[in-house]
Amino acid sequence: MATDTKPAPASGPAAPAAVHQLAHVRVPTRSTRSELRAIKVVWKRELIRFSRDRLRIATSLMQPFLFLFVLGTGLSSLASAGTHGVNLRTFVYPGVLCMAVMFTAMFSAASLVWDREFGFLREMMVAPVRRSSLVLGKCLGGATVASFQGVIVLCLAGLVGVPYDLGLILDVFALQLLLAFAITAFGVMVAARITQMQSFMALMQMAIMPMYFLSGALFPVSGLPRWLAILNRLDPLTYAVDPMRRAVFAHLNISAAARTALDPGVTWWSWHVPGLVEAGVVAVLGLVMLAIAIVQFGRAE
Amino acid sequence: MPIPWRRTAEPNLGPPDLPRLNKPDPPTPQPAAAVQVNGLVKRYDEVEAVRGIQFAVRSGEIFGFLGPNGAGKSTTINMLCTLVRPSAGSAMVAGHDVIGERDEVRRNIGLVFQDTTLDGYMTAEQNLRLHAELYGVPRDGVGERMRQVMEMVGLWERRGSLVNTFSGGMKRRLEIARGLLHSPRVLFLDEPTVGLDPQTRSSIWSYIRELKTREDITIFLTTHYMDEAEYCDRIAIMDQGRIIVLDTPEALKAKVGHDRVQIQTDDDAAAIVALRERFQIEATVAEGAVTFGVPAGEHFVPRLFDEWDPAHPPIRAVSVSRPSLDDVFMSYTGTTIRDAEDSQLDTRRNFARMMSR
Repeated sequence: MATDTKPAPASGPAAPAAVHQLAHVRVPTRSTRSELRAIKVVWKRELIRFSRDRLRIATSLMQPFLFLFVLGTGLSSLASAGTHGVNLRTFVYPGVLCMAVMFTAMFSAASLVWDREFGFLREMMVAPVRRSSLVLGKCLGGATVASFQGVIVLCLAGLVGVPYDLGLILDVFALQLLLAFAITAFGVMVAARITQMQSFMALMQMAIMPMYFLSGALFPVSGLPRWLAILNRLDPLTYAVDPMRRAVFAHLNISAAARTALDPGVTWWSWHVPGLVEAGVVAVLGLVMLAIAIVQFGRAE
Repeated sequence: MPIPWRRTAEPNLGPPDLPRLNKPDPPTPQPAAAVQVNGLVKRYDEVEAVRGIQFAVRSGEIFGFLGPNGAGKSTTINMLCTLVRPSAGSAMVAGHDVIGERDEVRRNIGLVFQDTTLDGYMTAEQNLRLHAELYGVPRDGVGERMRQVMEMVGLWERRGSLVNTFSGGMKRRLEIARGLLHSPRVLFLDEPTVGLDPQTRSSIWSYIRELKTREDITIFLTTHYMDEAEYCDRIAIMDQGRIIVLDTPEALKAKVGHDRVQIQTDDDAAAIVALRERFQIEATVAEGAVTFGVPAGEHFVPRLFDEWDPAHPPIRAVSVSRPSLDDVFMSYTGTTIRDAEDSQLDTRRNFARMMSR
């Protein structure tokens, strides 16, 4: 090996002797702009990775499809007595819209655990940016990716008798974005502490499945036994599923009886909670979890 | 080469204050220290991983940290990179305090860790772009700079490939390129060649040394390969959380002052006794052979055979080698081992030797 100090000896496979002039770059000091760039690039990375992972897109659609078409069709004869002529698939559709988003958001958050395991997290942690920017970028990325997944399920609306309507699509998309953000924030909060993939997935399943079943995604929330009604009202997911159902049912042409039976709306001590308040509950919870996640990541290492 | 935007008003920290280094400070003015460490300590519960080290790295040099696994090299590097908070002491990197000015330090350093920190599901270019964005590199300069660093490590043609399709050596090269992307003033390389085959190791080294000629940069690296340490301008040998010695490779080897002679016999114990009685040489068994140091090995060997009593166990093979950093390391850590007679230390020394092969 040569020990002389000639510039650019042709030692590398493609080290051209021509590149002599150095294109030095200067890294400016921290500013809001650099934080925004960091948020954006972490967000963008989620999108790049998601678009690469076709298998993930396909597999995470599996569960919604099973619920919608297998469970929805299989149980429809049993349920026909109580649905006032509304197809069961149509009834569970809002719940399935939520489900598609939830699982994708959860996997997005899980990638943080992988990032730690494969070392990439370190690359982000040593960068001269705030940890909060990284966490925020991650949550926004997870939310975007998950909403994207939700849009695929949204495309199925015609198959379950829900009309394609721009207002409906925008409503649903906004709700999905909100829900996905909250779930990602929840996942990131958990991932700040749980460093092993197995434990993380087990914990998430343990949290998500009961939340999903209690949320009223698969049953109307009125006339429940007291214990279930209480659990239902405590479940944060209830406040995402209910406005979603309201949005969908507002565009259905069904009888008044069916509407009261299937879309009763959530009540607090017989007060009918407005959709905006419900969305607010989800947003506040999401922000609280985001804040906790930021604090935890700021403390790490 | 003067780089106009670089800050030249660095705090002049004066000549480095080095422990156990009996060399007088040269009278020529020192360039400002790129890294200045004062009494740095890191305690983990009961264990003191780094026990008060003190050294300075001059601007523009390749500085090597040499030592066995667990000597505290990585902990030191992590403290200098602001990833680990020191328990005591202070350190300045590129003129910024690692405790008080973490962001400033981070902005001015490049890092290549022992384990890969690339995103394998993104392309090489995407990984570098992400890095540029995280470090806030001005957009108009990114393209040119990126091409330059990738060409330097010979990966420009592969910029569109997923990192997962890269070999270990290519990943390491890409990490070096990424570490340089934001024009850091100090590049930290933690075991840059560990786990790579010899050919890749030497190519990584040619990139590292090329860097010195191309960039206005100080390189701080750790290694446990003795042969690699010789590429450094200066080396600090670290053992058990302390810096044992710090000097140029040449000076360290000169201090050993002996060639290493190894002989193979059927009865090592008898041969050691014979050497002591006949030649007044203290020998030990190392690497399966009777090993000892003599000032001029090539002159000693003929004498050895002339004066070797036929009653002594016959010598089957002999080898003479110039002092290597291996010997330097053994001579510095060996004394403490013999003094302390501590079996745990002995295991560590053996392990260190094993790792150095």
